[in-house]
Amino acid sequence: MLLRLGNRLFWSAVTLLGTAVLTFLLVNAVPGDVARVIAGPKASPEVIKAIHTKFHLDEPIWKRLGYHLNNLAHGDLGQSYVTEQPVAEAILTRLPTTAALSTLAIILWMFLAVPLGVLTAKYSGSWFDRFVLVMATLSLSLPAFWLARMLQYWLSYKMGWFPVAGFRGFSHLLLPAGTLALLFVGYYARLIHSNMTEVLNSPYVRAARAKGAPETVVLFRHGLRNAMIPVVTILAMDVAGLLGGVMFTENVFALPGIGTLAVQSVFNLDVPVIMGTVMFSAVLVVAANLMVDVLYQWIDPRIKSAA
Amino acid sequence: MNLLEIQDLKVHFPVAQRLFGRTKEFVRAVDGVSFTIAPGETVGLVGESGCGKTTLGRAAIKLVEPTSGRIMFEGEDIAALSGKELRARRRRFQMIFQDPFGSLDPRRTVSEIIGEALDIHGLAPDASARRQRIDALLKDVGLDPSHASRLPHEFSGGQRQRIGIARAVAVEPKLIVCDEPVSALDVSVQAQIINLLQDLQREHGIAYLFVAHDLAVVKHISRRILVMYLGRIVESGEAKEVCRAPKHPYTQALLSAVPVVDPDSKRQRILLAGDVPSPIHPPGGCPFHPRCPVAEARCKTEVPPLRELGSGHWAACHLAT
Amino acid sequence: MPLLEIKNLQVEFGSGAHAARAVDGVSLSLEAGKTLCLVGESGSGKSVTALSIAKLVPSPPARYVGGEILIEGRDVLKMSSRELRDIRGGLVSYVFQEPGASLNPVFRIGAQIKESLKYHRPAAANDTEVIRLLKLVGIPAPESRLRNYPHELSGGMQQRVMIAMALASQPKLLVADEPTTALDVTIQAQIIELLGDLRKQLGMAVLLITHNLGIVGDLADDVAVMYAGQIVEHGPVREVLQRPLHPYTQALIQSVPDLEAEVERLTAIPGTVPLLGSFPGGCRFHPRCPKAQASCSTQAPELASVKAGRRVRCPLWDSLLEPQTVSHRA
Ligand SMILES: Nc1ncnc2c1ncn2[C@@H]1O[C@H](COP(=O)(O)OP(=O)(O)OP(=O)(O)O)[C@@H](O)[C@H]1O
Ligand SMILES: Nc1ncnc2c1ncn2[C@@H]1O[C@H](COP(=O)(O)OP(=O)(O)OP(=O)(O)O)[C@@H](O)[C@H]1O
Ligand code: SF4
Ligand code: SF4
Ligand SMILES: [Mg+2]
Ligand SMILES: [Mg+2]
Repeated sequence: MLLRLGNRLFWSAVTLLGTAVLTFLLVNAVPGDVARVIAGPKASPEVIKAIHTKFHLDEPIWKRLGYHLNNLAHGDLGQSYVTEQPVAEAILTRLPTTAALSTLAIILWMFLAVPLGVLTAKYSGSWFDRFVLVMATLSLSLPAFWLARMLQYWLSYKMGWFPVAGFRGFSHLLLPAGTLALLFVGYYARLIHSNMTEVLNSPYVRAARAKGAPETVVLFRHGLRNAMIPVVTILAMDVAGLLGGVMFTENVFALPGIGTLAVQSVFNLDVPVIMGTVMFSAVLVVAANLMVDVLYQWIDPRIKSAA
Repeated sequence: MNLLEIQDLKVHFPVAQRLFGRTKEFVRAVDGVSFTIAPGETVGLVGESGCGKTTLGRAAIKLVEPTSGRIMFEGEDIAALSGKELRARRRRFQMIFQDPFGSLDPRRTVSEIIGEALDIHGLAPDASARRQRIDALLKDVGLDPSHASRLPHEFSGGQRQRIGIARAVAVEPKLIVCDEPVSALDVSVQAQIINLLQDLQREHGIAYLFVAHDLAVVKHISRRILVMYLGRIVESGEAKEVCRAPKHPYTQALLSAVPVVDPDSKRQRILLAGDVPSPIHPPGGCPFHPRCPVAEARCKTEVPPLRELGSGHWAACHLAT
Repeated sequence: MPLLEIKNLQVEFGSGAHAARAVDGVSLSLEAGKTLCLVGESGSGKSVTALSIAKLVPSPPARYVGGEILIEGRDVLKMSSRELRDIRGGLVSYVFQEPGASLNPVFRIGAQIKESLKYHRPAAANDTEVIRLLKLVGIPAPESRLRNYPHELSGGMQQRVMIAMALASQPKLLVADEPTTALDVTIQAQIIELLGDLRKQLGMAVLLITHNLGIVGDLADDVAVMYAGQIVEHGPVREVLQRPLHPYTQALIQSVPDLEAEVERLTAIPGTVPLLGSFPGGCRFHPRCPKAQASCSTQAPELASVKAGRRVRCPLWDSLLEPQTVSHRA
């Protein structure tokens, strides 16, 4: 068990290092003089020169990579070229908004997807199952940006049920989280449906019925726990990948989260912030992976002894 | 001369990978096995699940890389061969599998499956000769040649096994390793396949290494039997002799456990306690001692060697006479 | 009144033009404390018949289109789901073929046995009783096994746990669907011995399903042979195995290789087991029957009582019976 974890940690570190090197190289391959971005188009050559020295822009790329990695190792993500705010600070101040938005979205979609998935598996082929299937397909094919805009227009401008934009409390999170949840609920309902269908045909479910277990116990105790084993992996991956969806939603609803930070930094060619947000999502992916590992031990006892 | 002579063959699989890929433990799937097969002979291999039958059968024809030991095929050691040299000899030893469906490509027709075997070894000079050969093979194994363009899933289990047999026989092998070829089949169909294998042997002089866990089937088809336990051979001899007067306590228990149809059969069952131990940590001394009904003190420490107790009848037990 | 009486059971899969009758007119009865074996090749309808007893074939896709299943006189097919839950694992307990797959992989075995107790004998739902049951089925050091997960046990041990679970409710009928097929011969012998002991000790009736004729002789009082969804022969075990009357039973017995006999060549049954939905007309066995006559392909024979306690689905049985058919090697 410890061995396995050690192994995992080692590869996590390798992944993060690789990401750091890659993003650095990619970002620095983008054409355009960063100093111009920082100082503006009318800056004098002296100013440009000074900026070059300050950010080591004249030195060879491998040397700059060295500085960069060294800084990263000390937890220093650098400073924004634009606001001069430390990148770590920028990410940390925006983290709570993004975390709250994501958590709320996940809770919303799982609360919908679990019963939908279980019941459609139980009543497979019924009109209810077919209706959910159609809705799920629809939710899967909705473009995120469009959905966010439509919901904002109808539910906020027209109906006035939700605040239009900005962030001044929980109510401002509801619509953006709902939007995200809508984007994912269909996929999860189908995922749980197909796992559950398989589980319901398994010999141990038949054995549970043969014992005289009530149908709710068969479905939710014997069935669901087994059906969730593969779902957990995918969920953890999606938590990390959620940042993509968050980016759109935060921008549409003008929430001051990491998504907006990332988008702004790209428009501004704010290299440290770009790299910082990329590193942040890489850490998220790696952490999610580790979490799956630990969760698995708990949810599937067969894993423990396999190690 | 023997067709196949296996000498002290070992196959150890690594388990439990350490952090940097250093291997700690091994499954001793096959642990020092020697035996011979004469041309045109059937040797049966029995034993419980996990004792290493499949691994031994596969290693004997180099489908699994042996850890050590010699595999003399027609007087030549093939254990060390690889690549082109090995491929050139593959034609002379073939394999039939337990799951006839899993071993047939579901997207290829029967004639493609058999034709491929012919092509690999350049046995069909032109299209019409190939066609004729395939028809003849299908007829040989009792299938209708007009079904040559069908896909495997259009056949029943027994018919699929016939396709697998046709593919193996197509390249005119000297030896076929049959890994539980009838275990997945219905009783009424099982007899058909056994009869077919015997017919083919008579016609073409093919030798079989016949792996199964059903002693009655193995006894029926084999001239000699090898009994395997935890990667080793514990008894071997003429099939009739081994079944009539088994020497090793494990063979005795195995034989007594075979269900008999006749309700008046007077056989006394010897019930073995416990389960087959793990081949990762086999018991010391005689590997059978934790389950042996007649074990003695020395069985825990001394490994019993295979001793010849009657003509060609060998057993690895301190007490066997 | 027999403990179990199945009358003309008919179970279909699919609907409309695709409907196929997997069980077609099966009638059986089983007295308390007796053992009946149901034998037949794959797809002959053994499991569907056995599962129907507690209405366990999921419906859909199955439809119980006809017949009655009386347990202590009450028709299972007419029961409410509440009544069914009391029957299942209560009066009638099941043991299945694949013990590894029939135990829920994520729960400890102690908890799984306790669950059965909770439904049917709530007062005894405690560790002491679970340990007693594990001891009853011959699991060594049962105290230390309670907290094991199924995958930590060998196949034989898993099957013992399944049996302990089935016995939890003190059932009157134990239905064992190929309980040893997935196990090694030496382990199979242990489980058969155990079932035989338990049956005597607890006085329950057993319905044992198998395709292994060798097991039949060991345990059964009566045996019923199924072919293509129907019973083709039924009678006391010794008579059926030693003097089979139906050509299928005869052929089946002869196709099993025998340890004690020397035969050059096995007697195989030609052709293949017919698939559901394409059962031949007339006698369903006629394309493979070595004794078939012209009339066999058109007239579907009835299962007729031919003498005390024996039923045969072949009108020609009498004329076909050779003086000393058996070769009870078989
Ligand atoms: N590729 C492999 N890697 C690791 N272990 C293996 C491998 N193949 C087989 N083993 C192990 O080697 C042992 C022998 O396996 P093998 O399949 O030869 O047994 P068998 O006698 O054919 O059993 P069965 O009757 O179940 O087919 C088993 O413990 C198995 O788990
Ligand atoms: N859920 C199902 N859906 C459709 N067909 C089914 C289903 N269950 C069983 N059948 C069909 O009913 C027929 C009888 O099946 P059953 O399982 O009773 O056979 P069996 O005699 O138990 O065979 P085996 O020895 O393979 O277990 C088979 O043709 C099978 O394909
Ligand atoms: S050597 Fe000892 S333990 Fe091994 S089989 Fe013989 S008597 Fe039994
Ligand atoms: S009715 Fe005819 S085909 Fe059917 S078993 Fe009897 S003899 Fe054979
Ligand atoms: Mg094998
Ligand atoms: Mg079955």
